[in-house]
Amino acid sequence: MNEFLSNHGTELLIKTGEHLYISFVAILLGVVVAVPLGILFSRIPKMADRLISFVGILQTIPSLAILAFFIPLLGVGKLPAILALFFYSLLPILRNTYIGIQGVNASVREAGKGMGMSNWQSIMKLELPLALPVIMAGIRLSTVYLIGWATLAAFIGGGGLGDFIFDGLNLYQPVLIIAGTVPATILALLADRLLAIVEQKLTPTGMKESYEAA
Amino acid sequence: MLEFKNVTKVYDGGKTAVKKLNLKINKGEFVCFIGPSGCGKTTTMKMVNRLIDISDGTILVDGKDIKQQDPVQLRRSIGYVIQQIGLMPHMTIKENIVLVGTLLKWPEEKKNERAKELIKLVGLPTEYLDKYPHELSGGQQQRIGVLRALAVNPPLILMDEPFGALDPITRDALQDEFKKLQKELHKTIIFVTHDMDEALKLADRVVIMRDGEVVQADTPEEILRNPANEFVEEFLGKERLIQGRPDVTTVGQIMEGTPITVQENESLKNAISIMRDKHVDSLLVLDQQEKLVGFIDIEIINLNYKKATLVNEVMEKEFLYVEKDSLLRDTVHKILRRGVKYVPVVDEEKKLVGIVTRATLANLVYDTIWGDGFDVEEHVDLEIAK
Repeated sequence: MNEFLSNHGTELLIKTGEHLYISFVAILLGVVVAVPLGILFSRIPKMADRLISFVGILQTIPSLAILAFFIPLLGVGKLPAILALFFYSLLPILRNTYIGIQGVNASVREAGKGMGMSNWQSIMKLELPLALPVIMAGIRLSTVYLIGWATLAAFIGGGGLGDFIFDGLNLYQPVLIIAGTVPATILALLADRLLAIVEQKLTPTGMKESYEAA
Repeated sequence: MLEFKNVTKVYDGGKTAVKKLNLKINKGEFVCFIGPSGCGKTTTMKMVNRLIDISDGTILVDGKDIKQQDPVQLRRSIGYVIQQIGLMPHMTIKENIVLVGTLLKWPEEKKNERAKELIKLVGLPTEYLDKYPHELSGGQQQRIGVLRALAVNPPLILMDEPFGALDPITRDALQDEFKKLQKELHKTIIFVTHDMDEALKLADRVVIMRDGEVVQADTPEEILRNPANEFVEEFLGKERLIQGRPDVTTVGQIMEGTPITVQENESLKNAISIMRDKHVDSLLVLDQQEKLVGFIDIEIINLNYKKATLVNEVMEKEFLYVEKDSLLRDTVHKILRRGVKYVPVVDEEKKLVGIVTRATLANLVYDTIWGDGFDVEEHVDLEIAK
């Protein structure tokens, strides 16, 4: 163990950094795109189901294949890796945003509208805060998946902890495989905990208590 | 204040919910819309704050066509209370109450002051302002729902079955509170309900709707007294019509049909023997045309039987009588206030047709309290037949 750390310690830190970077940027892009899209879908519920199934099809494409598809388009490196992971983050966040917003009590929404809230005010002051726990669940799910899948980025030269795993596979060195896997797992768990805390902080007080009361 | 002109609503599916509705509502008037589900009452109400678009016709609020106004601004100027209460679970009671104030960008101070002022109106402690909706009971929540509608003091308030989801006792309490509140505030209120008791209790005017049309729009008294047609009667229910009857029953419907009488040219001796035979202490005096001209009782005869021989010489000509079409409630008033034992009932030509005694009233009260009402009717019919 000590020997491994003295040989690969710095590399491990760098790779972990890369791994985090790839996952983080992909998930950030995912949130930035999927949350507004989910809100938009909630405004066109008739179309929404079909659109969501379409996004679902993207999800079913095997991850290795999607990474490979991006090589002719964007070459190798971090960018295609991030882009591919971004596609995977979309569905859970999109679907949870849509379901979360749909799930906001219709009477609360009607009251808001009847009081004279504009569409924008209704989204910002009512629907997003009330749908937040469901949206956050989608983001957490995506994040955990993405940190796992980000190991595949190594396959197209994106770097990250995947490099250790591929090296280990090629060189028949189980230690390297473990050196890639364990930190990735720990990262995923840590990210999930962190997001849980963020969710706690963002959930409006009145709602936390009403969940507890329920 | 509020005027509907030929207002029509046709939904996308082709269903006509409201047909050429015309109605004028005065300032400060409390109007209840009532009818079976699907009659268009809620649609009518929601068109006022443009939650539902008007297909044809115009609605004027304070003389201004609502279609010319921005819907968001319009809604902020009209109070709105819904059945499901719809308090924002993530906002405190204070934030909920002054929500419209927040939308109108009121300064924080003004909002605090207004919230404190309002919560006192419904008798809740100011500490409640910092609580969240889920900490309140259903009745308390709807009180806050009503306050929220009052926050920016709109002259017009729409209420969509606001007390429908509450238990009967709470509902009753809130109705009373709200009626009191309305007397102080003089808002113009459109109140949708399917509960007739609620409508009769609260409204200045009840608008009964069916299939998108107004069947009858009148004061509660007038609707109970003169239901426009069978539908209204049925909708009111027999029970309510009978319960409401002391208000609208005429004397003719409850009077006893056979008062004991004597002709004016009879002798006093005969009058006394009639009294003895019938076990009564006074007689109504008729002339040849059967018209009521006076009454005579045992006291009068006792004072005068030596001086006079005929009934019309001594009979009392000043007496209380009622026409058979007059209202029972006025008659009851007379009997009770003047302390008379009975009131003769006459028709338009002053011919005697019956009598209302204290015993008749006792029967009526008994039937209202214990009977199912049918007995009263049959009983009355029999009496009239006699």
